[in-house]
Amino acid sequence: MMVTGILKRGEYFDSVSLMLIAKKISELEIGLDSAAVMGTPENKSMLQTSGLLTDELQNAGDMDLMIAYKCNSQNESDLISKKINEFLKKSDNTNKSSGSLNPSSLESAIKILPDANLAMISVAGKYAGDEAMKALQNGLNVMLFSDNVSIEKEIELKKFAKEKGLFVMGPDCGTAIINGVPLAFANVVNRGNIGLVAASGTGLQEVSCLISNSGCGISQAIGTGGRDVKKEIGGIMFLEGIKALAEDKNTEVILLVSKPPADEVIIKIIELVNKIEKPVVGVFLNASIDLLKQSKINIAKTLEEGALLAVTLSRGENIEKVYNDLESQYSKLQTLAEKESAKLNKTQKYVRALFSGGTFCDETQMFFQNMSEEVFSNTPVGKVKKLKDVWKSEKHTIIDLGDDEFTVGKPHPMIDYSTRNKRILAEANDLETAVILLDIVLGYGSNMNPLTDIIPVIKEVKKLTSQQKRYIPIICSVTGTEEDPQNRTTVAAALKAEGVLIMESNAAASKLAKFIIEKKR
Amino acid sequence: MNKLFESELKVINIGLKSFKETLDEQKVSSAQVDWKPPLISDTLMLDVIRKNSDKIETANKEAVKRILNSKPFLVGMEKAIDVIPGMEKNLLLHAGPPVTWDKMCGPMKGAVIGALIYEGFAKTYDEAEKVAASGEIEFSPCHEHATVGPMAGIVSPSMPVFILENEEFGNKAFCTMNEGLGKVLRYGAYDESVIERLRWMENVLYPSLKKAIEKIGKIDLKNIIAQALHMGDEVHNRNRAATSLLYRTLAPEIVNQNEKENAISVLNFINSNDHFFLNLSMGVSKVSLDAARNIENSSIVVVMARNGTEFGIQLSGTGDKWFTGVSPIPEALYFTGYTKDDANPDIGDSSITETNGLGGFAIAASPAIVQFVGGSANDAVNYTLKMYEITAAENNIYKIPYLNFRGTPTGIDVIKVIEKNILPFIDTGVAHKNAGIGQIGAGVLEAPADPFKNAFIGFANQLKNN
Repeated sequence: MMVTGILKRGEYFDSVSLMLIAKKISELEIGLDSAAVMGTPENKSMLQTSGLLTDELQNAGDMDLMIAYKCNSQNESDLISKKINEFLKKSDNTNKSSGSLNPSSLESAIKILPDANLAMISVAGKYAGDEAMKALQNGLNVMLFSDNVSIEKEIELKKFAKEKGLFVMGPDCGTAIINGVPLAFANVVNRGNIGLVAASGTGLQEVSCLISNSGCGISQAIGTGGRDVKKEIGGIMFLEGIKALAEDKNTEVILLVSKPPADEVIIKIIELVNKIEKPVVGVFLNASIDLLKQSKINIAKTLEEGALLAVTLSRGENIEKVYNDLESQYSKLQTLAEKESAKLNKTQKYVRALFSGGTFCDETQMFFQNMSEEVFSNTPVGKVKKLKDVWKSEKHTIIDLGDDEFTVGKPHPMIDYSTRNKRILAEANDLETAVILLDIVLGYGSNMNPLTDIIPVIKEVKKLTSQQKRYIPIICSVTGTEEDPQNRTTVAAALKAEGVLIMESNAAASKLAKFIIEKKR
Repeated sequence: MNKLFESELKVINIGLKSFKETLDEQKVSSAQVDWKPPLISDTLMLDVIRKNSDKIETANKEAVKRILNSKPFLVGMEKAIDVIPGMEKNLLLHAGPPVTWDKMCGPMKGAVIGALIYEGFAKTYDEAEKVAASGEIEFSPCHEHATVGPMAGIVSPSMPVFILENEEFGNKAFCTMNEGLGKVLRYGAYDESVIERLRWMENVLYPSLKKAIEKIGKIDLKNIIAQALHMGDEVHNRNRAATSLLYRTLAPEIVNQNEKENAISVLNFINSNDHFFLNLSMGVSKVSLDAARNIENSSIVVVMARNGTEFGIQLSGTGDKWFTGVSPIPEALYFTGYTKDDANPDIGDSSITETNGLGGFAIAASPAIVQFVGGSANDAVNYTLKMYEITAAENNIYKIPYLNFRGTPTGIDVIKVIEKNILPFIDTGVAHKNAGIGQIGAGVLEAPADPFKNAFIGFANQLKNN
């Protein structure tokens, strides 16, 4: 028989915990006699009487924990010792709280959620970079919603993340879908085999919804923030995203969405994609196609075309089908345009496109590059000219209401429709307005009651124009799904009932608007 | 390769709460961070801190280890002049950072007057005022003499003091005996009744206690505090349990060693003063924190103290330097007839308890005094939980039953205070702003930001120059 004594200096346990520990030791049914007590003189004399006071325990003080037990062999002793340490660990309540207070820092949040793997950061840009770095240092992926993060910081974060095998989505990343979970501004889409990498928030939402509405689904949708594909950042995360999807076993088709990347980034993308077995579709709005022609990327001109190509490839069908479908859509839109333009009078000449989604503003400008009349925008692309006063439309005008000049001190126009509603009325009062083109973006983060906010202004436009014996077609695409909290069908049906021309995509809506203008001439 | 796609998504949300609500709706496990911008966002300074973070962490670990391993015992009593290092016949110690007579607040002036009369330097208020202003009398912070004093914290040469010894590190600390409530010197009262009580304490209380302690040998004060926390004290604004435990320890020898009449008056005095233990809980904190002083590169706070004019702190890694700011007026419950207008800015060395992981930091252990912090026990719990954010360790001995015996937040790290913009939470008594009136309420306050900002800047500059 042997006696083992364990002395834990400075480890205070209340007597109830100690009794539980002693009970557990006896439940092991190996030891013959045991005790777990604090090292007070009284307790020491008690151990002495039971023959449990080892030499080491003689030195224990009031604040030291004494554990002693008798058993038959060293093996038994080791086993008991191991069990005791497990019990002690369980009784140690470090970092476990019963209060209701949220943690005040990332470090404390990690204590509550030790296996967290993503930090969503939406604090002011000035501080967001440091928070993101802390997250990366703690092994978390980052979704950086905040904007106004310096480009130097973005480079630092992304280089560091790449080294550690982590994602930095953003800065200014408004949306992503990771493991089926829509993050920030995102739609509830089907899960499936199409993986997205997008340097454009609205673009990601549009293609993911179109894919989902066609019955296919999304494996992962990685946002990178618009600046990622610029020369300075060099597409670090865009490329990392492609690599991750290439290795992801649930991804069979890869869809890339971006405004035109810098040439050097395009070259890197092509190099990477050429090594990938999986089919890759790319939508690079307004990009010069020449460089891309040499790659195996299936290039789509519009978000809709990109989504359709991805869907077709994911079903293993021939992509010719996409072009046939678009062809038949084209003729349907022509017919509709003819009917609509017949309702217009002489003075009505121009499109007024008012977008809450920035990528839509870019996409629509692409359709309006070669108009006989001038085209203006607050965020001009290609041949489109810069508006002198963003608050006043000129000729064809295509506006991104999410741009800084409209959002100072206000929520984003996907949430707060008030600025756009005023603008809709202003356009309706303009006798030269031939078409009003709108977008409505549903999903988490967006306006939860879009109809309450937009129907009144639609009614007002109708009232105003009919009093003056005029008619202005209002065309609207609704980006969303059946599973979105706002429900796309409900929203679309209500708008249709008010005479709004609802389109499946912004591309279709833009084409219709353009056709109406062209028929008018 | 990134493991994100193969794992269950678990999100920490820093910023917009609506994102967290969306995640909740989708049953994704997530934690919301209540984020605030840092108190200082000077990038150069933050970079200096970041570059030295390993050094700082090592130093802070050592500092905290010393605080936690301290073994404070009550070992005896003597007159201040005989034991306090640097004590002189014409020296008065006071609470908080250094302050000159002309800058002293009302209650501290009152306490100085009282002490001068008690010491025989003057007979009347007017006389005492002249003496105080004459330059004959010197003033020095208690903290610079291993001493702590509640409220005005005046310690004069003849006052008897408790001697505390840190067995682990051998350093000592000193504190006076608590006078009780009502008109008392520490709140700036100086009339005859105050002086009379001080004399009784010197002539009856002191010898009786001294003899009793001598007989007992030494008293483990850390043990008493650990138990008191389980009995509803946080040993700053509530000392009822700790006083009772001390009373139980002392009573037999007070009776054994003294004339019956003296024993009765001494026991009655302790029994009628729930705060009798306060000075000792301050002494325990002082003797523990002094052991963590002067550790190079440590950003751990070793002193928080107020003189009624300024709030000052000292860091382990910046030696004897004080970093100060204006002392705020506490949020308090006032005794009938008084309002915040009557209150003096926060005063006293008693915030040494918070510095040591007690007082406001341990208020979750003290549901009986939650009326000071908003009325609900949950408020008290949240105050304690918040303090874990700015401390370097959880106490190994001081534990909170309600938090499943989690150790109290211990060892304030000035870097965390600045980065998280969370200031220490302090329990406190409130003195009337005029000398001679005394206590008018009790409550809580958030430490002012300036001393911490100044300390952070001082600390960062020191790192830069090393």
